[in-house]
Amino acid sequence: MKVLEAETYQAGEVHRFEAAGQEFVYLAPAGGIFGISAAAAAVLETMGAAGRRMDELRAEMRAAGFSAGDVEEALEELIEARVLERPRTLPPPRQKMPERFPLQSLVMNLTNQCNLSCKYCYEYGEDKVATPDGKPKFMDWETAKASVDFFLQDSAGRERLHITFFGGETLMNFPLLKKVVDYAEAAAGAQGRAVDFSLTTNATLLTPAIIGFLADKRIGVTVSIDGPPDMNKLRVFANGRPSYDVIAPKIRELLARHRTRPVGARVTLTAEVTDCIRIFRHLTEDLGFQEVGFAPVTSSQKNLVTIGSGKMDSILEQFCALADEYLAAALENRQHAFSNVTDTIAELHEGVNKSHPCGAALGLVGVGPSGDIAPCHRFVDSDTHKLGNVFTGIDRSKQADFLERGHIDAKYDCHTCWARPLCAGGCHHEAYVRYGDTGHPNLHYCDWIRTWTDKCLRVYGAIAAQNPGFLEHFERRKAS
Amino acid sequence: MKHLRAVNRKAVRVAGEIDAAAADVHALQEGAPPQPKPVPHYPVGCTIVFSPGWEVDSSGGTAGLCQPAERDLYDCYATCFWPAQVPDHLNNYPDWTKKCASATKDWREIDLVFP
Repeated sequence: MKVLEAETYQAGEVHRFEAAGQEFVYLAPAGGIFGISAAAAAVLETMGAAGRRMDELRAEMRAAGFSAGDVEEALEELIEARVLERPRTLPPPRQKMPERFPLQSLVMNLTNQCNLSCKYCYEYGEDKVATPDGKPKFMDWETAKASVDFFLQDSAGRERLHITFFGGETLMNFPLLKKVVDYAEAAAGAQGRAVDFSLTTNATLLTPAIIGFLADKRIGVTVSIDGPPDMNKLRVFANGRPSYDVIAPKIRELLARHRTRPVGARVTLTAEVTDCIRIFRHLTEDLGFQEVGFAPVTSSQKNLVTIGSGKMDSILEQFCALADEYLAAALENRQHAFSNVTDTIAELHEGVNKSHPCGAALGLVGVGPSGDIAPCHRFVDSDTHKLGNVFTGIDRSKQADFLERGHIDAKYDCHTCWARPLCAGGCHHEAYVRYGDTGHPNLHYCDWIRTWTDKCLRVYGAIAAQNPGFLEHFERRKAS
Repeated sequence: MKHLRAVNRKAVRVAGEIDAAAADVHALQEGAPPQPKPVPHYPVGCTIVFSPGWEVDSSGGTAGLCQPAERDLYDCYATCFWPAQVPDHLNNYPDWTKKCASATKDWREIDLVFP
């Protein structure tokens, strides 16, 4: 390839970052991460935002002491990898959605009832999207069986399937859970396929027998808990009694007995619950969780539990401190429990470039107690978002409408953002609660996401430079 | 690549595409490029330099053809027997191939011209 003198190039959509003393670029249109040489970095530096004519650029590079050969090679490689591009006149062509996309995961809301009344729950309160009136409160066996049958039919071609049990409080319908596990294992096995299971629970109803079942069946468990007693104060019973003292001994028992899969904690951050590091220490060191993940509460702005922007900055600082710990651990080949980093690095390592923020209505759907199908568990029981029923299947036109709205191409605000390969506009449910449209980009956390993604890129780059063997964990993770 | 180092899996794939494109250029001059058999990787090169007539054999190479692709280039240039996209030797660009002693080795020295 010959780079012509009179031609003008400009930096493509790249995000530059530095890690372990090395320069990297993250290619937003592809999701690729490249380490770059000093000459290539200098080309990008000299290029500036507006782009340069190649003869001018060459002259400046030579004046800066780079050899003509190095400059030519760097230019050729940067252009071939599209780190440099000609100024665009046309947007890149839109990729068509696949006509059929078999399901991979099913979330079964076994009940919409819960024995806790957490103050921030999206299933209740002013921001709820569910319309459960007149619908069953608990899923019955007929509906559960039909859900599994629907799932097996709609996932044709997939060898490994995943069922997640959810609620309400999942364990309030434990007898049904057991039946579903046995039935789904047998039905999938008869087709030469395998299903694995996971559930989310508030831990209040765990018993030795239930824990034994979960361990024996290798069922992944995520416990919703917000930290030590003073941080867990919004997770209360209906009469206002705190739940911490009830769940702590049960969680210890669960962690001691259930060793077949890592048990994770899932923390919801709210206005008064933002001490991430203290929460993390408590959950990992005092209780013994192997994975801890955080997410800010979903709420409209008017809500009392909504986290203010000052607090979001504090959360980000604490996330970054924990990410530094993660890096230190990774360089010594130790696992670190902060799963927000693990999840992001797994996606960076793969180089994902998402059409949609998540698999909702694509490879994943949620099913409510009535058998109604929703894009995910968060939309279960909502008449507005219903996509069909397990007895009649998915309404393809409703599904297509949901996916069209949520597609990154439809989110114009995202088109100039380098973090879109991973974020893709953010949670559909959060968007609906905030903006009344599942396809609206979550503009309230753009800066936050970019800073966090940049931090994870730096952690990833440093691991890739200093201990690349550690990344093999992510190869295996993907394979499983 | 010397200045870019693929780090994640997507970058490895991007680099693979770039290498495959480079292999197209090699296919034009020195037989089949290194690639998995039995499916040949046919070059998708341009006709700016190599005028109509360049072809590949069933393995993607040019070595086994009765006339090398470069032959077409020179026929067009020197004799103008075909209205191809190459400069003409007779009137306007008598020195176009001066730096190119052997077409199969030095063809990169033949530059584009802008009439």
